[in-house]
Amino acid sequence: MTSDVKSTTATTAGAKAHARAQHGRTADVMRHVPSHTSPTAPDDVPAERLVWSETVAPGGYTTAVMARGTRIRLTDPDGDACAHVLLHRADGPHERLNVADTVKVPWQAYIGTGHPLLSGFGRVLATVVADTSAAHDALAGTTTRFGNEAKYGAAAPESVSPAGRELFLLGALKNGLGQRDLPPSVSFFKGVRVASDGSLHWEGSAGPGKTIDLLLHVDAIILLANTAHPLDPRPEFTCSPLRVHAWPAADQLDALVAGELIGPLGPEHRQAVANTDADLAARGVL
Amino acid sequence: MTVPALVRGTVVLDQTVAARASWSAVVAKGDVLTIVDLAGNQAVDCLLYAAADTSVRYSAQETIARQGRIALTTGSVLRADTGQALMTVVDDEVGVHDTLGGACSKESNTLRYGQHTRAQHGCMENFLIEGARYGLGARDLASNINWFMNVPVDPDGALGIVDGLSAPGKRVAVRADIDTLVLVSNCPQINNPCNAFDPTPVRMIVTRPGGAV
Repeated sequence: MTSDVKSTTATTAGAKAHARAQHGRTADVMRHVPSHTSPTAPDDVPAERLVWSETVAPGGYTTAVMARGTRIRLTDPDGDACAHVLLHRADGPHERLNVADTVKVPWQAYIGTGHPLLSGFGRVLATVVADTSAAHDALAGTTTRFGNEAKYGAAAPESVSPAGRELFLLGALKNGLGQRDLPPSVSFFKGVRVASDGSLHWEGSAGPGKTIDLLLHVDAIILLANTAHPLDPRPEFTCSPLRVHAWPAADQLDALVAGELIGPLGPEHRQAVANTDADLAARGVL
Repeated sequence: MTVPALVRGTVVLDQTVAARASWSAVVAKGDVLTIVDLAGNQAVDCLLYAAADTSVRYSAQETIARQGRIALTTGSVLRADTGQALMTVVDDEVGVHDTLGGACSKESNTLRYGQHTRAQHGCMENFLIEGARYGLGARDLASNINWFMNVPVDPDGALGIVDGLSAPGKRVAVRADIDTLVLVSNCPQINNPCNAFDPTPVRMIVTRPGGAV
């Protein structure tokens, strides 16, 4: 280097000062720590109660471990978020979201308020306790490297069009999990419907500002990827930020079962809660 | 047995799977597996894995997203969760095979039919015990194919296992696009119409094209 301008990071002291001077800045997409510093905290929750506040970038992912009784709100502020979600039981992650049981057991393919997200072991991991979107999908899954490379020309996590499965894999790896721990997933804020001939039809977004709330029945690892849906017909990768807020709401579990939170639950759902609570009681958790 | 393979060729395997039992085989690239619904309306739960790397497994979601419809029939490419093709349906005498309903289990039986059904045998048991022969376990299970099972989705999203469209002797044939480990549970469920309430045997025939009939 022959420049006469002396770099501020040419020395360890200069590099340290340069790094430390960055603290306290904010970005449009970031996790807010502590959680109450979120600039977009929900109106109906005191900010001090928040345990997770984050805006996930388009093409980004996040993961967190949350306690039983946590209520998680996903918000699509601009109308083009697509939240691909997997849940694993924190204390035994071989028990995880089972999409087939999640649609078969409640006799319902379309996820909305009151839908249980079931594991493969006859227990419920979470219940959808609020939903202003009604545009979700449990059938088509998330995107793959193969698919996004063909559609957009790139699929790597650092590319402009990351495949959901690549993002899920990173989230899984952060929790000591891997490829084998990625079963079929659900996605929120992009609707898909089945026609009478069995064909899949894209309905897309219900618009900006929609939310969906999940209430956890067990301690769970949440894997969350925000990336374009596999059936999105737009040739350009299209995705907008996703907001995540969570807070403790264990008292709502009892209200849910009593039918006082969102009305009566289906009999299969009630049995899944009973199985879950029996398991937690046996472990000394309840 | 007089029912032949749906796609002719040299027979490299011909086995009958007893009612309620598990089965597996590695079907080599290019070989064709014919599944014969001997007595009719017998759900054959099926999982696929790349034989060379079982972390690459059948994905119902990738399969139906890429083909744009929920049921399998001739022409359906059975894809892995990487997106690559594992097998392709090359002939089908039924027309509709399920991708959504997954496997029955002792545990989910309690939700669907009551705690008294927990003791009954289920497909998850078959998948686990058969998969264990290859080092697979609970982490390796995913939404499976249900050959000969009929699961319509109504306009309001209601879905369910209803009476089947198969009949005695009906067949479906799938060609391996790479060497594929095929795990099967000959479904033991007795609480819904997937087996016409009476589990029965099925026949598995693998043929290699190009040889003698």
